[in-house]
Amino acid sequence: MSALDTAARRSPLTRAQLAARVAADIDPGSYVNLGIGLPTLVADHLATASGIMLHTENGMLGMGPSPEPGAVDPDLVNAGKAPVTELPGASYFHQADSFAMMRGGHIDVCVLGAFQVSVSGDLANWSTGAPDAVPAVGGAMDLATGARRTVVMMSLLTKDGAPKLVERCTLPLTGVGCVSRVYTDLAVFDVGPDGAHVVETFGTTHRELEALLDLTLGPAPGRTR
Amino acid sequence: MSATVFASSALDALGDVADGATVMIGGFGPAGQPAELVVALLEQGASGLVVVSNNAGNGEDPLARLIQHGRVAKMVCSFPRQVDSWHFDAAYRSGAVELELVPQGSLAERIRAAGAGIGAFFTPTGFGTPLAEGKEHRRIEGVDQVLEYAIHADVALVRADRADGVGNLVYRKTARNFGPIMAAAARRSVAQVRDVVPVGALDPEAVVTPGIYVDAVVELTEVTSTEVTSTAGTSTVGAVAAGTEGLV
Repeated sequence: MSALDTAARRSPLTRAQLAARVAADIDPGSYVNLGIGLPTLVADHLATASGIMLHTENGMLGMGPSPEPGAVDPDLVNAGKAPVTELPGASYFHQADSFAMMRGGHIDVCVLGAFQVSVSGDLANWSTGAPDAVPAVGGAMDLATGARRTVVMMSLLTKDGAPKLVERCTLPLTGVGCVSRVYTDLAVFDVGPDGAHVVETFGTTHRELEALLDLTLGPAPGRTR
Repeated sequence: MSATVFASSALDALGDVADGATVMIGGFGPAGQPAELVVALLEQGASGLVVVSNNAGNGEDPLARLIQHGRVAKMVCSFPRQVDSWHFDAAYRSGAVELELVPQGSLAERIRAAGAGIGAFFTPTGFGTPLAEGKEHRRIEGVDQVLEYAIHADVALVRADRADGVGNLVYRKTARNFGPIMAAAARRSVAQVRDVVPVGALDPEAVVTPGIYVDAVVELTEVTSTEVTSTAGTSTVGAVAAGTEGLV
């Protein structure tokens, strides 16, 4: 929490503050996969001295930031097919090895975006369920299920104001019971077999969150309501 | 497996591909896509193809045009939808092409399994999701897992950086992606490379795909098809494909 001052905690987090909050929970020396979209912002808040190694599922460990203009290498891209760079200590491997790394539980933390997360840790982040949509899943299901710890980073509400932390996901699932923590602009939650617990709030209260989400939320660890 | 053949053109390297064949095409988007070999496949004329590839073509690239021209009956892939996948999107919506959507890790492992002689395997990936519907599942060591079968191919088309005189391959950065596992999974594997070097010129410790998996190699020094810029979706792959318009 060192990245956030007290004032910030009295109001909802910006995207950058949320990324800093997620980054603050990642241990030095971890192997980390950041999902496409919002989670990519977390990379900006990982200290270079932390020894954290980024994995990109298209076949690389030790991924660095975007290249300078003019230094783009078409053979060096991330999972979103955007150009990236390699850091000292980087390694390349084929797709089966890359996913063995993920599916075999060798990646410490995976940060994913989500459409919906359930209080029991089910994740829906690959399909909006629209009947005419061309489906695409990529590595979402492998990432969700394979990492040692899968956390979600998202806005708590949709653009239309609908809760994204829900009793039960209504969108097609990516994985069952795979998420352990959910970082949002309004609060951090732990989710799992015992339901959702509020870890921390940003500019709101436990009671307000329960009303907003229409959920019964457990107290923060070590605290009673 | 017999010795690797060195062909003088992509079309010669491709050889005969039968209608209805299963063709693996390497690449993760444009990175590692064997564009010239896919152009040769357009030219060669086989149709009713089952194509196994992570994506289903970008813009006017050769894979997109293979789909556009009705040569693909079925795509097996993990991420067909792209901002510029309009040829696949149209073919999918009209029912012209069937889609088997596979989680990327399961796709990779199914390909790897084929090359390793493994018939099928159980994995937790996808359990409880729409992509596991109808698939056999079992609880193993307390974890629900889905049965996934190996994917074999008649032909694999891959792009590597260099080959030596016996067909050993090395790749470049993230362009490696599906190349090594596809080369092993097909009855016939064809590699396009930037450079062919003499036997002994590759460090044996650094060989990624041993030549035993490689049936034909074509050296294409003037590859322009993988040039990308930081502008999303910009690629000269389209220029290569556009050159084949008269052929299809």
